[in-house]
Amino acid sequence: MYELKSDTIDIKNIFPQVIESLFMEDENVVYLDADLMNSFGTGGLPEKYPDRAIDMGIQEANMVGVAAGMSSEGKKPYVHSFGPFVSRRVYDQVFMSAAYAKNSVRIIGSDPGITAAYNGGTHMPFEDVALYRAIPGATIFDIVDAAQFEKVIRMVRDNEGVTYIRTPRKATRKVYEPAEIFNIGEAKVLKDGNDVTIIASGFMVAEALTAAGELDKTGISAAVIDPVTIKPIDASCIVKHAKKTGAIVTAENCNINGGLGDCVASVLAANYPIPMEKVGVQDEFGEVGTIDYLKERFKLTSGQILKQVNKVIGRKAGI
Amino acid sequence: MNKELEIKTKEFAKSIRLAQINMFRTLGFGHIGGSLSVTDLIAVLYESIMRYDPNNPKWYNRDRLVVSKGHAGPALYSALALKGFFPLSWLDSLNKGGTNLPSHCDRNKTPGIDMTTGSLGQGASTALGMSMALKKTGQNVFLILGDGECNEGQVWEMALSAVQHKAGNLIGFVDCNHKQLDGKTEDILDMGDIAAKFNVFGWYTQTVNGHNVSQLYEAIRNAEQNACDRPSMIVMETVKGKGVALVEEIEFNHHITLSAEQASQAIEEINKQEN
Ligand SMILES: Cc1ncc(C[n+]2csc(CCOP(=O)(O)OP(=O)(O)O)c2C)c(N)n1
Repeated sequence: MYELKSDTIDIKNIFPQVIESLFMEDENVVYLDADLMNSFGTGGLPEKYPDRAIDMGIQEANMVGVAAGMSSEGKKPYVHSFGPFVSRRVYDQVFMSAAYAKNSVRIIGSDPGITAAYNGGTHMPFEDVALYRAIPGATIFDIVDAAQFEKVIRMVRDNEGVTYIRTPRKATRKVYEPAEIFNIGEAKVLKDGNDVTIIASGFMVAEALTAAGELDKTGISAAVIDPVTIKPIDASCIVKHAKKTGAIVTAENCNINGGLGDCVASVLAANYPIPMEKVGVQDEFGEVGTIDYLKERFKLTSGQILKQVNKVIGRKAGI
Repeated sequence: MNKELEIKTKEFAKSIRLAQINMFRTLGFGHIGGSLSVTDLIAVLYESIMRYDPNNPKWYNRDRLVVSKGHAGPALYSALALKGFFPLSWLDSLNKGGTNLPSHCDRNKTPGIDMTTGSLGQGASTALGMSMALKKTGQNVFLILGDGECNEGQVWEMALSAVQHKAGNLIGFVDCNHKQLDGKTEDILDMGDIAAKFNVFGWYTQTVNGHNVSQLYEAIRNAEQNACDRPSMIVMETVKGKGVALVEEIEFNHHITLSAEQASQAIEEINKQEN
């Protein structure tokens, strides 16, 4: 059982050290940004590494194309901007110059979903997961906490094709210890259970663990799973828990159309159809506000997970 | 610009600055630098240039404004509230949950906002589209770009097509405050001579001091009279954070916090400024 703790370190303050150590490890690693270094803790890097930490200015499409070109010459580019600007804004460059041309680019989209908070709807990607899911061979991470972020950034250094990492910049609830090992396509069972399985990604993992704790008190035993990668998805883990619990709730900081829930639904439909409910953004655009306000506004809460668990358990019982 | 109008416009600019500082004080932070740097232009547009009706924000014959650097919303919201598009009390709701005044301009939320912006570069094209649609009926479309925003290729695609499509009713401005988010534009992506670039693309181009209301006014009137069927670009030399020393002095003043104490100091400073 994984326990929730509070984390005090902002993820953006981890990134500079991690990328610097990757620079040391591998001379081919480069990092490109699009005028958001100051927002991602890396403002000081270009001076130190002028050829490897490159601020491209506000031109995301060019940045992704340049990264693809670098990859074709053996470099291992990481690129960063806010989520919307390295997903929908640059989709064809990611699709064609990187994925289709078989160039390998690691793309970090920060402030996923409602964590864009005060930047509002224009900056609030609910669709990025759906977009990346539709790219053949892409790898997608929805980061839970700082420990996972650090491990993922390191482990994708040699990953082939397009890798999309959606991550908060601020401190999150802490789920993982630094020693945790992650693998692409391998889900983490954070809590076992018999009555229902909650599959959650990103900050919804913490909400899921909270909900599972509440359910325990009412005698409902809920499993909690972090898929770690939304693509490739760990189908065997999902099917195993589907068989064991007979009911599934997914929870994501995304539009329910095309995100984690749809991904899990596809696995179930093909292998073991059982009642399933989704928690996520109900096909709406984002808006401004505090994270707390937006969590309630878009129903991305442990309370909403509880509601959907009750609903799905009712369906399982045929009520 | 006659003296009377000049004084009125400067007064209005002052009121916009004060209203903005109050908004940022309420919230505690915001895109203060880039909102202050376009304040004098916004004052000129709403005090002495644009045709509009606050009681009928969608009046068809109005001139249009696209603030493509959409994070400068607070400057525009202040002007719109002061001109009566919506109650002044709305200004306290900047960025709060459920607000009509989000951090980036939204045509569906705020009366008087003609175009939704926030993803840099996109307002350039939407402004061109509006001007093409309005060419026969004669309304002007004003467009405000940031100098960092001009990094985006989309701005230059628009620059090419505006000439091709003879968008003579499009009057653009670049807010050349020489800074973007990560630092000086010259250090991040040097735009060189922006006016010269628009000029070789075929635009009617002028350069003015973006904090001098009469220079701004004359340049707009000049563009209206002399650009003919060419789009116009008015490149404004500006200072990020203009009018509030404690903001101007901060090196990275794109998105900053503002304490109540700093806000009081800023208000005092603005009130002391002479017309
Ligand atoms: C497409 C896109 N990329 C990145 C951003 C994040 N961003 C917001 S403002 C800004 C800097 C803008 O610089 P500039 O246009 O010079 O504006 P100013 O300095 O006048 O505020 C950046 C990078 C964005 N809003 N849109």
